[in-house]
Amino acid sequence: MTRDAASRRRWRDAPLALAMLAPSLIVLGAFVLYPLARAFWLGHQRCDPTGANCRSNGWDQYLDVFRSEEFQQAFGVTFRFAVLTVPVGLALGVGLAVLADKQLRGMGFFRTVFSSTVATSVAVASLMWFFLLNPSVGVLADWIGGVAKNPGLLQDEDTALWAVAISSIWANLGFTFIVVTAGLQSIPADLYESAYVDGASGWMRFTNVTLPMLGPTLLFAGVVLTSRAFQSYGEFDLLTGGGPNGSTTSLTYLVYGNNSIIKNNSGLQAAVAVLLFAVLLVLSLAQIRGVERRVHYGN
Amino acid sequence: MATSTMPRGWRLAGRYTLLIVLTIVVLFPIWVMLVGALKPGNKVLQDPLLPTHVTFDTLREAWRDGNLGRALVNSTIVALIVTVAQVVTAVLSAYAFAFLRFPGRTFVFGVFLATLLVPFEATVVVNRSTVQDLGWLNSYQGLAVPFLATAFGTFLVRQVFLTLPKDLREAARMDGLGHLGFLREVAVPLARPTLGALALFGFLSTWNQYLWPTTISTDDDWNTVQSGLRALAQAQIDKPNLVIAGTVIVALPIFVILLVFQRQLVRGLTAGAVKG
Repeated sequence: MTRDAASRRRWRDAPLALAMLAPSLIVLGAFVLYPLARAFWLGHQRCDPTGANCRSNGWDQYLDVFRSEEFQQAFGVTFRFAVLTVPVGLALGVGLAVLADKQLRGMGFFRTVFSSTVATSVAVASLMWFFLLNPSVGVLADWIGGVAKNPGLLQDEDTALWAVAISSIWANLGFTFIVVTAGLQSIPADLYESAYVDGASGWMRFTNVTLPMLGPTLLFAGVVLTSRAFQSYGEFDLLTGGGPNGSTTSLTYLVYGNNSIIKNNSGLQAAVAVLLFAVLLVLSLAQIRGVERRVHYGN
Repeated sequence: MATSTMPRGWRLAGRYTLLIVLTIVVLFPIWVMLVGALKPGNKVLQDPLLPTHVTFDTLREAWRDGNLGRALVNSTIVALIVTVAQVVTAVLSAYAFAFLRFPGRTFVFGVFLATLLVPFEATVVVNRSTVQDLGWLNSYQGLAVPFLATAFGTFLVRQVFLTLPKDLREAARMDGLGHLGFLREVAVPLARPTLGALALFGFLSTWNQYLWPTTISTDDDWNTVQSGLRALAQAQIDKPNLVIAGTVIVALPIFVILLVFQRQLVRGLTAGAVKG
């Protein structure tokens, strides 16, 4: 083949490829890549508190934000929120999935029930728990009593983040249950049979067969739940408004919340948004490695 | 029972007891919500666990006060636009990556990959001003356009296309099918289960969006169900059972849809779906 012909072949599909890729490229470029680059630029600009008169003055605003008390508190809140929600959510999801995994009568019903919270949006789940925990009419507030009645779990600085975490664990339970159930079903039955023949008890089969075989699934679910926890916004907006006293002001709430002290300062908002991206980038890279492992060692 | 001292019957009974208790725990918030939504405002403190004094007045009032009819229409339109567009853009771009040879393919694919690393929450600050500059605040375009394509969809469909045997394309070429014919007649039909999962997933994640509609819908008429619910919750903070009635109205359609499409949802979630 002549070089001319080879080059023509190389380019022959190019116009069609461009036409097929253009819609995706335009959307992703305009609403994912451009805003990230633009936020990176905006984040170094110093604005006055109303968001006007922004001007470039070196890149040290990122350092200032990173060192500021507000950012560190919000990072701490976000981190604690992830620590409160992810391990408990995973453990509950695994427990429910293992219980409902046997081929017994009625398991279809239980599976539907345990998957059901996947249908609740963040607004729906949050308002359900807002109702349950409402100090004057909430059933749970009545049962718990004490601080739950006055001022209310969501209104007390020491309990607010816990209360938001419970709502979030409940809302994510359906997702975790579905993913772990799928993982359980991909474990070959003969592994259990040989463990059974070897005389392993139920608990030993769980720790020696189920958990190791679920490894990639748990890693996947854990990373998804962690990155969701870091991106959570609606829970804080609806349940606590970032309060009381900043005890539930997450990174996302610091950027977007109505009560945030940087609400009108686009430079600072962009800076925090970029730092949020940086935090999530680390998590996303962990997730990609997790997905790769899933492909290599999974079913 | 070589390995257990407990008789099989007892273990089974224990398992079912535990399952029933956990069912009650998981469904408890949903039950309290339904009971609360069916009570009149002045009876909300009476029998919070039992459906006494049942009335539909609270639901009706929430429907009216929250402008929820309009919000349901808005959410449906936006979610349908996004769903169709996501499937189409995913199929087209996945086909280009899987079946076409062009210079820079690896690089462009890398760019797609990179967009997966950008959380939407980090881009809203700028996207809001983009949409504002376009004059799209309070509009269907504004609600839908940022989500018309996702790299996630492209990857999912590309994975399926890559599993199709190369001979299939050759045979189709012999039969005189061009790329578009092959895409329509062979590739898309074979990818249908994945496309179904992608469609359901796109619909759900659009329907459940919270930050974006609360950011760009400043006018009551352009609320989606989620931002409408937020508006209702903030306007009626003193009427908890009115807010919970609105929550029921917003929650119900999705529960029904998910009961119907359970299988597609499982496929979508386990395929590595990350946005919630």
